[in-house]
Formats: sequence, structure tokens, C-alpha cells
Amino acid sequence: MTKPTSDLHKLCTQIRRDIVRMVHSCQSGHPGGSLGCTEFFVALYFRIMKHDPRFSMAGHGEDLFFLSNGHISPVFYATLARAGYFDVKELATFRQINSRLQGHPATHEHLPGIRVASGSLGQGLSVAIGAAQAKKLNQDDRFVYVLMGDGEQQEGQIWEAGMYAAHHRVDNLIATIDYNGQQIDGPVKEIIDLKNLRAKWESFGWEVQEFDGNNLDSVIAGLERAKTLAGKGKPVLNLMTTVMGQGVDYMMGSHKWHGVAPNDEELKKALAQLEETVGDY
Amino acid sequence: MTQFSFTEKKDTRSGFGAGLLELGRQNDQVVGLCADLTGSLKMDAFKKEFPARFFQVGIAEANMIGLAAGMSTVGKIPFTGTFANFSTGRVYDQIRQSIAYSGKNVKICASHAGLTLGEDGATHQILEDIGMMKMLPGMTVIVPCDYNQTKAATIALGSHVGPAYLRFGRPGWPVFTASDRPFTIGKADVMITGPDVTIFACGHLVWQAIEAEAALREKGIRAEVINLHTIKPLDVEAILRSAEKTRCVVTAEEHQINGGLGDSVAQVLARFRPTPVEMVAVNDSFGESGTPAQLLKKYGLSPENIVEAAIRVTSRK
Repeated sequence: MTKPTSDLHKLCTQIRRDIVRMVHSCQSGHPGGSLGCTEFFVALYFRIMKHDPRFSMAGHGEDLFFLSNGHISPVFYATLARAGYFDVKELATFRQINSRLQGHPATHEHLPGIRVASGSLGQGLSVAIGAAQAKKLNQDDRFVYVLMGDGEQQEGQIWEAGMYAAHHRVDNLIATIDYNGQQIDGPVKEIIDLKNLRAKWESFGWEVQEFDGNNLDSVIAGLERAKTLAGKGKPVLNLMTTVMGQGVDYMMGSHKWHGVAPNDEELKKALAQLEETVGDY
Repeated sequence: MTQFSFTEKKDTRSGFGAGLLELGRQNDQVVGLCADLTGSLKMDAFKKEFPARFFQVGIAEANMIGLAAGMSTVGKIPFTGTFANFSTGRVYDQIRQSIAYSGKNVKICASHAGLTLGEDGATHQILEDIGMMKMLPGMTVIVPCDYNQTKAATIALGSHVGPAYLRFGRPGWPVFTASDRPFTIGKADVMITGPDVTIFACGHLVWQAIEAEAALREKGIRAEVINLHTIKPLDVEAILRSAEKTRCVVTAEEHQINGGLGDSVAQVLARFRPTPVEMVAVNDSFGESGTPAQLLKKYGLSPENIVEAAIRVTSRK
């Protein structure tokens, strides 16, 4: 059963609460990118993808998702828990000793929903392409999705993978870049400017489209459109504009909240802006 | 007379190519990936027979490792092929995160390892790869000794589950093991038994050890030669059993003295049965251009070096 969009809005708010509470409780982690990508994760797991929370690693007949910018694990974990992959109570163990919710996503502790470790940047696109090609070999017509960061575009492996996927016509792959313009040391423009990112990917032979990543309707429409662009001989890339820290006013638009946890006071301020909609973990 | 002799020389990489082809016929989940070295890796036959299961990656080794991780996630058994240097050092972080830590069933197959690569010189002569790979938790590391064993090891990897590194080489090398000689991952292969000194060797140096054994016998020293083709998991029992008998050990490998077979053996002996050890390996140095024979001699990896080490270590008992 497809949830109505109003329910998805509530989920976004709840997942943002989860993110802020998770990073606050262990006083570490990456709230900025997590908050910015919340609509994307909710759209993917509650509207776009065919997937089974009973989780099998190979995911035959299912859409697969890979997170390349693994530091935004809080939004990934909160989404997986809210989608039924594991008990939401487990979110309280994030980054604690003996937890399955490692600082960066890992398969080592067998957390359902995670298919590869990520954190060291630039690797997820290659993994997703491999999975997409294996699906083709298996005559499995579902899609493979992958999310990358924009700062991550500075990694060379991304461009190896980009060249390869276009050459091999991996057109069951839908990649998305979280285009928030921020990285740890400052605005991406000031660190290493990506210049015309769209033109770069187009020149590599990808089908590129853009949408607003913090408007749920536009994310859903964008991802639906991506599916129609797929299957035509080219891999698909979504340039998804987001605001780092979206939903918490004092975190919005600044690289300062890339990897910093709020203190008690700041948590209170954040939660006041994020209503508890479907129940805290 | 040693029981081992040879009538032909073949490169171990051709053993890999032949093994991969046979494996491809046995198991349709096996896929091959290569970074623009299909001919050098002897993957042509696999590519020709299974074009849909062969992936040309171009000169992009990091991407190749990621692709393999993704394919294995969906149930394939990927065998990646490139030179040993580009299979390990160049892509260490990709292997560490996307394959080893992620527990992926990927077989990293590496040719042109060590000094016997020859004329290309030190940029390509990796002598640190065994160390890098064995340090990764869960990684199986295999260094077979000749064509037949490389073929057998490749086929054995098809039914092994988990990440593995298979290291082989470029030059024609004596084929001295029988094609039906049993090969088990993790089980040391006792080639020659003897009471006086144990020589543990891997890869091309197993043949050197066999030659050294004949020379030692003429001097009245009876050596035991053990092919430790699997560096990890190490056959601790076989090491201790032999060291118990001979009470002195030589290790021989085409690798740095740091991080290789010798240091794995020495670690086992130091912990469980302190025993004198001499190591025949490259002594913290890069290689250079030359023929394989010249290089093995110059860098101290010839049968004579093994003989000298054996005599030295026998006197330390």
C-alpha cells in the first residue's frame, strides 16, 4: 500500500527528529547532510523503490540502494528503521560500543538494509554499477540507486566509474548527487570548485536532470522521471539541490554542521522545530 | 635424485587463465573483470567463451574493485585481473572497505608479482603485496608455485567463500607438480621430507627450494621442503610439526622480508615454539630492471642463497 504524501511529510519530520536525537546522544556523527537528504530517503524507501524489509543481501527482484557518502548514516539508519528493517529502538545504539549502527554504514555487524560498507569516499558508485550489471546478467529488471555527495565528486574513482557506466550502457542505474555546496572545510566552491557539474556528467555520457531535494513532491516527481529516463542506453544522474541542515534553522546552509553534534541546549532548540509525528524511538 | 623434475616451463599466469576458463564452464556465476591487461593475465579464453560474463574495465583499477564488490553483492563470483601492483597497492583502500570489511566474495587475481616480472623494473615489481593483503581481516592469501598449482588454486577459489588474493607471475617457470596433485586452501604441501632443516617457501621460490634441497643433500644436509602456498590462513599445525622435527627453519619468498611468508612463519614459531629462522627474501629494497634470473641472483633469492641460509640456520640449533 502506498502511503499518502501527507504521511511521508510526517515521516520526514520524524526522521529529522531521529537524526538530531541520534547524533546528540552519542555527541558525534553528521547531522548536516543527513537532514538535507531526508526527503530523498523517505521518497526512495516509502514511494519509489520496490524493496523488502525482510532483507536479503542479493535482493533479487528488488530495487537496491547504495549510500556512497556513508557519513550521512543517521538518515539512512533512521529511514531503514522506520521502513521496518529493524526496530526503531535500535537507533538509540548509534555509534555506541557493540552496536550494529556503526559510525559509517557497515555489513560487518549484519545490519539489515546495508549492502556495502561506505565512509571512505568515492567508492559507492562503482559498487552500484557492478550491482546493476549483475542484475542485467540475472535478467532482473529492477533498478539500482546510489547517492553521492557533491564534495565527493572530487574523488578520482567517481570519474572512472562515470566513464565506465556510460561506455557499458548501464541504464538500470539511477545515481543522485546531494548538491548542497558544502564540505567539511567550507563551501565546495572555495575548496575545489566543481564548476559545471551537469556539463561534466553530460559530457561523460550520462542522462542528467535536476530537482529540488528538499521539496518532497519534487523529489518524488524527479525520481519517477528518472525511472522513465532509464532503460534508454544511458545511466541516469540526478543533480539534487539540497540545503545542508534542512529543517533545523541554526544548522541550515552551513558546512559547520557537517559533522558536529548539537549540545543539550541546541537539541532542545532543534526538537522545538521538529514535531514528534509518529513517535520517538 | 629429487622426486621433482620438469620437462617444460610455463608461466603461472597461464595456469590462472586455464583455471578461470575451466571454472567458467563449471559455474555460471563466475565473472571476470580486467583492467586493460586481458592478454597479460591470460583471460582471453574466458573472455572469448563467456563474453557476457567478462567486463573490460579499462585502466581504472579502483573502479574495478568497486564493480566486483557490487557484482558479488548480487551473487556473482567476480575474479579481477591486473598486475599485482595495481591489484593491491593502488587500490588498497577500495579492497579494504568495499571488499574485505564488507565481506565480499571477490577473488583478486594478480599477475607479474615480484622481481621475476623482470625488465619493467621496480615500479611494477611489487614486493609488499603479500603483507598488505594478509593484514586485512578475513582475507585469504594464496601464492601458488607453478602452472599446475595456479590452475588448481584458481579452481579451488571458485568454491571458497570470502575475499581472496591470488598471486602469480610472468616468467616461464618449471612445471614440477603433477596436474592431479591435491590442492587445498590453507593446507601446506609437504614436497620433500627430511630431518635436518625445514625450508618453507611459496610461489616461484618453491622450485628454488627444491633445487637447494638437492644441493644440501650433497653436503650431507637433509632438508624438508614445504610449499606454504596459503599464507593466510596459515597452516600452523604443519609449521609446528616440521619445526618440532628439524628444529631450524628457512623461509623463502619473492617478497620483502617485512610482511611476507617469513614473518608469518616466524610469528608462529616465536609464539608457540621458538626456533632459529633464516629468511630468504628481499631485504627492504626496491628491485630494478633485469632478467628474472639476474634479479633473483642480485637480490639474494637464488637456490644458493637458500643453501647458505640452511647451513647458517643449522649451525644455530
